[in-house]
Amino acid sequence: MAQYETIQHDVLVIGAGGAGLRGAIEAAGRGVSVGVISKSLLGKAHTVMAEGGVAAALSNVDDRDNWKVHFADTMRGGQYVNNWRMAELHAKEAPDRVRELEAWGAVFDRTPDGRILQRNFGGHRYARLAHVGDRTGLEMIRTLQDHATFERMSFYTEFTIVSLLKEGNRVVGAIGYQREKGLFFVFQAKAVVLATGGLGRAYKITSNSWEGTGDGFALALDAGAELRDVEFVQFHPTGMIWPPSVAGLLVTEGVRGEGGVLRNRLGRRFMFDDIPALYKNQTADTEEEGWRYTVGDKNARRPPELVTRDHVARCIMREVREGRGSPHGGVFLDIAWIKEKIPNAEKHIRAKLPSMYDQFLKLADLDITKEPMEVGPTTHYSMGGVRVDGDSQMSSLPGLFAAGECAAGLHGANRLGGNSLSDLLVFGKRAGEYAARFALETSLGRVSESAVNENIRQALAPFENGAKGRGESPYQLQAELQEMMQELVGIVRTENEMVRALDGIQKLKERSRSLHVEGNRMYNVGWHTAVDVGNLLTVSEAICRAALERRESRGAHYRIDYPDKSESLAKVNTTLHKGEDGAISVRLEPIKEMPAELKQIIEEMK
Amino acid sequence: MTATATFSIWRGDLQGGKLVDYQTEIVQGMVVLDAVRRIQADQANDMAVRWNCKAGKCGSCATEINGKPRLMCMTRLSDLSTTQPIRVEPMRTFPHIRDLVTDVSWNFAKKRTVRKFNPRKPDAADGTWRMAQIDVDRVQEFRKCIECFLCQDVCHVLRNHQLFDEYIGPRLLVYDAALVMHPLDSDQRLADLRHAHGIGYCNITKCCTNVCPEEIKITDNAIIPLKERVVDLYFDPLTRLFGGAR
Ligand SMILES: Cc1cc2nc3c(=O)[nH]c(=O)nc-3n(C[C@H](O)[C@H](O)[C@H](O)COP(=O)(O)OP(=O)(O)OC[C@H]3O[C@@H](n4cnc5c(N)ncnc54)[C@H](O)[C@@H]3O)c2cc1C
Ligand code: SF4
Ligand code: SF4
Ligand code: FES
Repeated sequence: MAQYETIQHDVLVIGAGGAGLRGAIEAAGRGVSVGVISKSLLGKAHTVMAEGGVAAALSNVDDRDNWKVHFADTMRGGQYVNNWRMAELHAKEAPDRVRELEAWGAVFDRTPDGRILQRNFGGHRYARLAHVGDRTGLEMIRTLQDHATFERMSFYTEFTIVSLLKEGNRVVGAIGYQREKGLFFVFQAKAVVLATGGLGRAYKITSNSWEGTGDGFALALDAGAELRDVEFVQFHPTGMIWPPSVAGLLVTEGVRGEGGVLRNRLGRRFMFDDIPALYKNQTADTEEEGWRYTVGDKNARRPPELVTRDHVARCIMREVREGRGSPHGGVFLDIAWIKEKIPNAEKHIRAKLPSMYDQFLKLADLDITKEPMEVGPTTHYSMGGVRVDGDSQMSSLPGLFAAGECAAGLHGANRLGGNSLSDLLVFGKRAGEYAARFALETSLGRVSESAVNENIRQALAPFENGAKGRGESPYQLQAELQEMMQELVGIVRTENEMVRALDGIQKLKERSRSLHVEGNRMYNVGWHTAVDVGNLLTVSEAICRAALERRESRGAHYRIDYPDKSESLAKVNTTLHKGEDGAISVRLEPIKEMPAELKQIIEEMK
Repeated sequence: MTATATFSIWRGDLQGGKLVDYQTEIVQGMVVLDAVRRIQADQANDMAVRWNCKAGKCGSCATEINGKPRLMCMTRLSDLSTTQPIRVEPMRTFPHIRDLVTDVSWNFAKKRTVRKFNPRKPDAADGTWRMAQIDVDRVQEFRKCIECFLCQDVCHVLRNHQLFDEYIGPRLLVYDAALVMHPLDSDQRLADLRHAHGIGYCNITKCCTNVCPEEIKITDNAIIPLKERVVDLYFDPLTRLFGGAR
């Protein structure tokens, strides 16, 4: 009999990033008892790294902006496979969610008349991103964290959930261990909210922290919930590439929003060479017009550096492939050039991009106010995730909700910058609200003793292999998987490579049965990594399977064997499900017809 | 351009510990965290290390490197001498858990003794406020804090004198300052600063400012102005005459 402690809550929130904290605040405000779990300490979740800003049509900087424009921009960016209901709610509710942060103490940068300042970002028609220099995520998570600590909720930090628990079809809790001592805990709850963030760590080059191992995706799938659209993995066009130890670290799109331009080895602004049809009308014809846009000329159109990320990333790859790249295999991103245009450029850059300035100075010995940076694509964000209802965020299993990066829908085939932080707020709140409502109408379910024991046995298996003194190193397996995904299921995909990846994943899965961990259960990172590897294998397989089924190129998903968009696939989402036998199946599911009013908005904004 | 370096890393738990030497290959641009993780993957699988972002943004990887409190992910090997072993130890001011990981929960618990942000009534009918950039600049400096607790680790009031009940330490004085100087906050916080938070224990050695990875001028911009406000309130004869302070 395994040993564990049991804790009960009405609502259990797994994750303490922006989505989890916002959800927990909402649920607690509705009078239910709330528990919040996170793998790391409070305030350290991945949200803390977000840089550029949070998108909301506040129309403080440009009064032509409103929810309709934001809605249309989000749908266009997602190439129309988004959940239109979520895109609508998001555009309508984001402004209130941002203003609410100010009431909780957040201090955004200001306009000359004292309101919240907004900046330009890729794919957003007007200046829309509320920001604090380039550390918006820190401001957001700290505000939520400080606010949440005064609400009635319990925090379980440095705890890892390894499985959801079910009674019949309903999710009734979760089981996990406390990292410090390695002891097991069963959390019984009437409703569970997954807010576990992304899966960037499935790839070798990524902007994500170690936590981004796709746990929520795997937890949901293993419990029998459906995933959606996981083939859409966003590769951010500008990650650091040099020195090698920092490869993948993000260079915020804010650099381009503030006037940064991309050039190849020959000094050419290659983004002018290939402007996608969807954005032709909105993109500047000349460098001069692009600059006018940057400084707020309302009659100017955006520079081509600010089209969507999928496109910019592919253009960079093209330059590199065709031999016009920078010395370390990327391209140049230049913000220093704005000194030709404005006085005090150096001071301006340091005020607007302080973390970028520091990051390059400290880690790459490069002063961005003087020299161009070298950048290349990095794995950044998962558009896909747990399939949820657009209004309530409930998954396909009763009692299980999901919000934030681990939920699918809002972003379609490609996310616009800034739309994630607003996603966390809008749908974190909604998930908290509906989870609380669900909890108020139900009682605690029964937890199966045998399921608990089985989960504990599985989680501890690597120690038994360790005791036998041989087996696979979790670090080694993780590295092999990341390298394979990077090479075979990256920015440019093709059927035979993905089939090879699936085969590779199968082999790694078999090897993962003999993962081996030394030492005891106290804060044992080798053990934690062994648990992560299981999740990474599951999500990697899911990505491959969905990507194989989408036989077209759309948004972030680019296939050289199907380089064009397909009309029939424009109308479907991929839905993934794991059967009793452990096999992941994919079906193509028609997107629900959009109401006439929304269609009309999209037409008007074309 | 490969070479090797030796790292002396603290291994052990509450029962005791010692420095253990590991050799590892180093490459251009590497930070201490890269080396520690490589050692963990190749030679010490079960080593306890806390980190998240590897970008100086989350404040998880605070340790003492060659005796100096620093972030592992922002300390470049090229800034250290590799002719001697590089010593990596846990923060010594807080209770030890294992290897490089300490129990920093005291900081979170103490933070709850700082009263919640309490804004004045909105300035505009739509429920929003107006603030000038110049007035928020100061607060934004304090809000850069990544809660690495390196300043708490180095402050002698906590480290040597162990006044954990009497004093909240530089990080939380920065937090206090962010609230006191927040253009919208309308709470009275000076009594807490003097009594519950023990601002008087700080004798302005500036050790905290020297280790802050966010380069917050903790002493000059946060603590000294707060001390001045406390002094004005408590020791200004006029305020006392009118019974302003208790
Ligand atoms: C460098 C960078 C910059 C970015 N900049 C922007 C930006 O400017 N604007 C924007 O809109 N978006 C940005 N993004 C994207 C955005 O930051 C993320 O998508 C978002 O923060 C995800 O938030 P979340 O709440 O869903 O999850 P996270 O913040 O990732 O939090 C996940 C939480 O779940 C917990 N968790 C995970 N698994 C488990 C488990 N098994 N058991 C228990 N707990 C678990 C973690 O500990 C953590 O607390 C950026 C991303 C990166 C990497
Ligand atoms: S200046 Fe004050 S807070 Fe900072 S280290 Fe010295 S005594 Fe501590
Ligand atoms: S004030 Fe500086 S040193 Fe102290 S916790 Fe914050 S960031 Fe770290
Ligand atoms: S790992 Fe986040 S600050 Fe070092």
